[in-house]
Amino acid sequence: MLSRVADSCFWLSRYIERAETNARLLDVNRQLLLDFEQDSDGNRNYWLPILATLQDQETFNSLYDKVDADSVLEYVTFEKKNTNSILSCISAARENARTIREQISSEMWEQLNKLYLYLKSPAARADYQQTPSDFYYRIMEGSHLFAGITDATMTHGEGWMFLQAGKYLERADSTSRVLDIKYHLLLPRGEIVGGTVDITQWIAVLRSCSAREAYLKIYEGQVTVPGVVEFLILHPSFPRSIRFSVDHLDRMLHRISGGSPLSFTNEAERMSGLLRSTIDYAKVETIIENGLHQYLDGIQLGLSDIAGALAKTYCEWLEETPAA
Amino acid sequence: MEDRFDHYEVGDFFDEMFESPGKVRPHYQMLLQRLQEMEEGEFDRKRQLAETSYLSQGITFTVYSGDEGTERIFPFDLIPRIIPAAEWEHVERGLVQRLTALNLFLHDVYHEQRILKEKVIPAEIVETSAHFRREFMGFSVPKDVYIHVCGTDLIRGRDGTYLVLEDNARCPSGVSYLLENRQAMKRVFPKLFNRHNVRPVDRYPQELLNSLRYVAPRGNPDPTVVVLSPGIYNSAYFEHSFLARSMGIEIVTGNDLVVKDSFVYMKTTRGLKRVDVIYRRIDDDFIDPTVFRKDSVLGVPGIVDAYRKGNVNLANAIGTGVCDDKVTYYYVPQMIKFYLGEDPILPNVETYLTAVESDRKFVLENLGNLVVKAANESGGYGMLIGPHAKKGEIEKFRAAILDNPRGYIAQPVISLSRSPSMCDGLIEGRHIDLRPYVICGEKISIVPGGLTRVAMRKGSLVVNSSQGGGSKDTWVLDEE
Repeated sequence: MLSRVADSCFWLSRYIERAETNARLLDVNRQLLLDFEQDSDGNRNYWLPILATLQDQETFNSLYDKVDADSVLEYVTFEKKNTNSILSCISAARENARTIREQISSEMWEQLNKLYLYLKSPAARADYQQTPSDFYYRIMEGSHLFAGITDATMTHGEGWMFLQAGKYLERADSTSRVLDIKYHLLLPRGEIVGGTVDITQWIAVLRSCSAREAYLKIYEGQVTVPGVVEFLILHPSFPRSIRFSVDHLDRMLHRISGGSPLSFTNEAERMSGLLRSTIDYAKVETIIENGLHQYLDGIQLGLSDIAGALAKTYCEWLEETPAA
Repeated sequence: MEDRFDHYEVGDFFDEMFESPGKVRPHYQMLLQRLQEMEEGEFDRKRQLAETSYLSQGITFTVYSGDEGTERIFPFDLIPRIIPAAEWEHVERGLVQRLTALNLFLHDVYHEQRILKEKVIPAEIVETSAHFRREFMGFSVPKDVYIHVCGTDLIRGRDGTYLVLEDNARCPSGVSYLLENRQAMKRVFPKLFNRHNVRPVDRYPQELLNSLRYVAPRGNPDPTVVVLSPGIYNSAYFEHSFLARSMGIEIVTGNDLVVKDSFVYMKTTRGLKRVDVIYRRIDDDFIDPTVFRKDSVLGVPGIVDAYRKGNVNLANAIGTGVCDDKVTYYYVPQMIKFYLGEDPILPNVETYLTAVESDRKFVLENLGNLVVKAANESGGYGMLIGPHAKKGEIEKFRAAILDNPRGYIAQPVISLSRSPSMCDGLIEGRHIDLRPYVICGEKISIVPGGLTRVAMRKGSLVVNSSQGGGSKDTWVLDEE
C-alpha cells in the first residue's frame, strides 16, 4: 500500500474519533450543568477544564474574551480556526478520505460525506441551537456508523489495519484526556472529595466515555474514585478503556508488520509493547498515589511517540525528495 | 390536458427528438410518452434525487468566493439523448478509422515523416506545433500505440450529419460523468431502461485497464498499472480517483513516485514497488521538471528518462498533443486517405487555415460570421464566435491572427443540433455535442455513446463545463 495512503487512513480515523470524543464531552458537560445553578461567572470553572485538555488555548483566547458555555461550545464545535473543532476534524477526515477514495468503500465515503454536508448545513446550526443533545448525538452516531460501515464493507487488509490503528490510538488518547479533565475540575467551596458534587463529576467523566452503564454493572452501582480510574484505564474489555485501546493498537501494529505478537520488528511495535505491558501490570492504587495527572501525561507522551515511530517505519518515503 | 411539449419549439435546427414540430422521431416515441405522462412535480423530485446522489458521492467541483469554497454539482439534464443502433454503427466506424489514422500519423511524424516528405501535410505545420516533441524523434512506444484514450468531439449540423469538431488526444476528461450519469438515470428512471434496449457503458474501466496492460514495457504480462493525478485540488480529481477505483489500481501523485536507476517506483509501506504503466492525467509540460517545465511540482523527476529507456510506459504517449493542434486537425481527412486509402467516414467541420494566404484573406473579411479558434487552446478558451462578439473582441482577434497566422483557424458557425432539456421548469431545445471516448489497445473500442454536453444557457453554442455547460445521459439503442 502507498505510504501516503497508509498515512491518510491512519489520520482519517483519528479525526473521526476525535470529533466523536469532542461531541460527547461537550454534550455531557452541557447536560451536567443543567443540574447546577449557573454561577455569576457563567460556570467558567466547568468550561475551563475542557479548554485545558485541548492543545491550543491561545487561539481560543484570541477569539473570545469569556470562557462560558457559548464560547466553548462554539469553539469546540464549529470554529474553523480551531484545528480540533468537530467541524475541522470532520473536514480533515473527509479531505483524507477524498485522497484515498479508491481504497475505502463507497459506503464509507458517502457516510462521511453526509456527515460533513450536514455539519455545513443550516439544519446543523438550527439543531445545535434548538436541540443540542440531538445535534451531538447525530455526530456520535455518524462516527459509530462510519466504524460499522468500515468493518462491514472494507476488506480487512492493510488499509483497514491503519484505520484501526489510528482509531485505537486516538481513543486511548481521548480517554486519557477526558480523565484528566477531572484533575482540572475544581470542587466548589465547601465540597469534599467523595461528596455529592465530586461523585456527580466522576459520573460525568464516565458518561463522557460512554462508560456509565458498563461501569455501574461491573461495580454494582458504587461510584468511587479508584473504581472509575481503574475502569477507564485498566479494564481489559471495555472498548474505550486505555488498556483495551492500547492492546488493540498493539495488535494492529503486529498485524500490519506480520510479526509475532510476542516480540517486535520495528520501533512502533517496541513502544506499543512497552506501553501495553506497563498498563497490563499497573495497579490503580499506585497510579493514584503517584498522581493520576502525571500518569496520564506519561500515557499521552507514549502514544505520541508510537504515532511518530509508526510514521517513520511506514511512511518515511514521504519525506524523501527524489534525486533526478 | 396541457402537455409539457405543447410549447416546445423545434426552431431552425436539427432537433434530436422531433423531425418537425409535433412529429417525434421513432426512437424517441416511448420516452416522449413517458415524459408526457409524468405528473407535475415528479420531474422535479427525480431531479432532486439525482442531484442529491451526485452531492453525496462527492461528484462536485469547487467554486471559490473569498476564502470559502462551495461545492457544486455539474448541471445534469434528465432527458436522455438517444442514438439509434444504425446511427451509432456509423459513428463507431468513423471513429475507429480516425484513431487508426491518428496513431499511424504519430508514429510517422516521430519516425520517417513520410507524410511530410510527400507534402501531404506541410512540414512547417508539424514543426511549429506547440505540442510537437522533437526530442522524441526516433523513439518508439510499445505496440505503436500513442493515443490510448481519445475524446473526439462530434457535433451535428443542420441536416443531422455527424461532424468532427476536434480531437482531444492528450488527457481527455469527462468519462466519469458519462458513467455516473448512467448510474443516476438508472436510479431515477429504472423502468425506462427496461423498456428501451439501452446498450450498457459500464465496461469502460475494464477496457481501459486491458489496453493499459497491453502496452506494458517489454510485453510484461503482469504489469503494475497506476493512475497519476495532479492531486485533490485538480478539478478532475474525482474522475482520476473514480477511474482508479473502478480499475482496482492505485492512484498516485507525483510525490508517491520516485525514479531510481531509470525505473519508476511507488513509495509503499513495504518499501519501493516498481511501476510499469502510468495512466497519467498530467500534461507533457508538467510531467518531468528535469525535462519540460522546471517549475512543475506535479511531476516526477527522471520519469522521462525511464520512459525513454523503455522501463515504464506512459498513456497517452508523450507528444500526442500535435494531434490536438487545430491546424493538424485540418489535415486529418488527408491523413486517413494517405495511410488507409479510404475516404473519411466522419467529415471534419469546414475549416479555414489563417496560415494560408487565401484563407486568411477570407477569414479577415468575414470575422463577424465565423468562429475563430486558437490552434492550441481547449476548454472553450481562446475562441471568438463572430456573430455573438462585440466589435472590440473581433478587432483583438484580427490583430492576433495577423500577428500569428499559424496560431488560429476559422470555421463557419455550426448550428449544433438541439435536444429537449429541462431549463427552469420548462422543456426547451438546447444545443448539444457528443464526446465519445475511444480506447486504443489491442483493438480500438468505444463504449456506446459518449458524454453528451449541453449548453444550458439559451442560445449558447458553448458546451464546455468551464463555460456553464451541463451534460445528459446518452443512450445507444441495441438493434431490435
